Amino acid sequence: MFTKPFHYNLLYLLLLVAALLLPFYVPDAYIFQIVIMSFLFAIATSSMNLIIGFAGQASLAHGAFFGIGAYGVAIMTKAGLSFWLALPLAALISAGIGAVIGIPSLRTRGHYFAIVTLCFGVILWIVAGNWIQLTGGHNGIFGIPLPSSIPIPFLGEIDFYSQTAQYYLALTFLLLTLFVLHRLIYSMFGLTFMAMRNNEPLADAVGIDPFTTKLMAFVIANFIAGMAGGIYASIIGAVSPSAASHLMTFNFLIYVILGGIATLSGSVIGAFAIPIIMELLQFLGDYRMLIFGALLVVVIIYFPQGFVGGLRQLNQKVVAWRQPKQTEGANVSR
Amino acid sequence: MFLVKSLTKHFDGIIAVQDVTFTINQGEILAIIGPNGAGKSTVFNLMTGTITPTSGMVFMEKVRISGLPPNKVAVKGIARTFQTTSLFDQLRVIDNLLIGYKYRTRIGFWNTLLHTPAWKRYQTEAFMRAMEMLEFLGLADKAEYFIPALSQEEQKRLAIGIAMVSKPRILLLDEPTGGLIQEETDRITRLIERIRDQGTTVCIIEHKMQMIMGLADRIVVLNYGKKIAEGTPDEIKSNQAVIEAYLGGEVHV
Repeated sequence: MFTKPFHYNLLYLLLLVAALLLPFYVPDAYIFQIVIMSFLFAIATSSMNLIIGFAGQASLAHGAFFGIGAYGVAIMTKAGLSFWLALPLAALISAGIGAVIGIPSLRTRGHYFAIVTLCFGVILWIVAGNWIQLTGGHNGIFGIPLPSSIPIPFLGEIDFYSQTAQYYLALTFLLLTLFVLHRLIYSMFGLTFMAMRNNEPLADAVGIDPFTTKLMAFVIANFIAGMAGGIYASIIGAVSPSAASHLMTFNFLIYVILGGIATLSGSVIGAFAIPIIMELLQFLGDYRMLIFGALLVVVIIYFPQGFVGGLRQLNQKVVAWRQPKQTEGANVSR
Repeated sequence: MFLVKSLTKHFDGIIAVQDVTFTINQGEILAIIGPNGAGKSTVFNLMTGTITPTSGMVFMEKVRISGLPPNKVAVKGIARTFQTTSLFDQLRVIDNLLIGYKYRTRIGFWNTLLHTPAWKRYQTEAFMRAMEMLEFLGLADKAEYFIPALSQEEQKRLAIGIAMVSKPRILLLDEPTGGLIQEETDRITRLIERIRDQGTTVCIIEHKMQMIMGLADRIVVLNYGKKIAEGTPDEIKSNQAVIEAYLGGEVHV
């Protein structure tokens, strides 16, 4: 009942092949690095889309949870813990703090929830900049070790010194995240999230506990954000308060909105395309922000569902144009 | 089966509902009628936990349900619709019904993530039940439609379907035919009769006298938040207090 048309599957397969072969045709190490970062941001953006796009709760603390994951891995690996242990622990800490913040703040609604989470994000950013013993203050933490090598019996081991290896690491986690989110969203479990966004009193009246459902979405989103932050810290090798700042949150938010809110592919497209567009507009210096701002306004007014939503509208128009007899009712499908 | 006992609700000093007591018997259709502002919808909201009573209690099968939040009331087998047609209008018809069935299943985070046999079983069960409900509502060919593509009447049917899909023991309908023409009203009336015939107890708020007199087994009349009469349609028709409430002032026969 949640299946997609065949040509979508073909498109996804082509994209996957293109992603797998990317190290062979990427032009230079700089672009390669941007792609790797984009993948990590795509993980965080997808999870932000879960809480904002699907569950309809405007959490503006996503950068903070990304930062918690980043600092978590930085502190734990510097203390000698293996990356492969530190990463899930950091994600769990992020999810745990998410639960502690979510329990009081999810009792507020709409704008109030956005304000409470934004405040938490700012507080965390200030703490990260000032708790010098733990976070290294505004300088942050340097020399975070790369993910430790994974021994493979009889075949040697996988190490993460090369950019290509780091790329595949990021890609693996991105695919894993999308797989998990796809499973969760395209099921009755995911429908309860969308029920929260769409009509909370009705969901409540049909036996769905709004508070628990929203908390679950919030905690899952924060777990994934923490995980993305953890990988980010390990690959970059350094983490500073800017990784946990509200600017990070707003970057993610822009990726979500421009890519297409409440669509799985939209978050990835947003997180992938925007940093690259920004890079291509580098020659404009700070003026590129003007273009970017105008683009954001245009998208929000004319394509409130973002890039993917715009494509869908176009697709529907094409379908309606090709089958003029069948346009009665809604022949739109997800 | 369902007991409303001395229910009272004050809103900032305004008495919306005062000392209302009535019972709903297994298998009947009970109608709550009254002029605008009589407190009918407030009684519904009190019965389903949407608002908490100032005093008084609500029991389902001798279990107290007043004070519980709406979702805890719902899982006791009490389903409701809202006065303004309330649907998940961003989702498809079938999704609306699946959400309505959700609490009957044990589809949680781990089951969904791991696609366990239990997840498959529940997902299939819910889907079968939703399709069955669509047949019952006469919307089977519109499962994949989005809500705005449905007519007003179809939306009202679906709202009843969302409540009925989880097989509740009692169904509370708040003006299910509001804003519909006579022909559509008749179709909804027949749907409600079929629900009763399936064994679900129905409690209904309505304005349309003719429809209620033909449909209800018993009627409770509210005016200014108080119960002014209770009885069979024939008794209510000839009740002096009811005639006064509806026509205003003294009635000289």
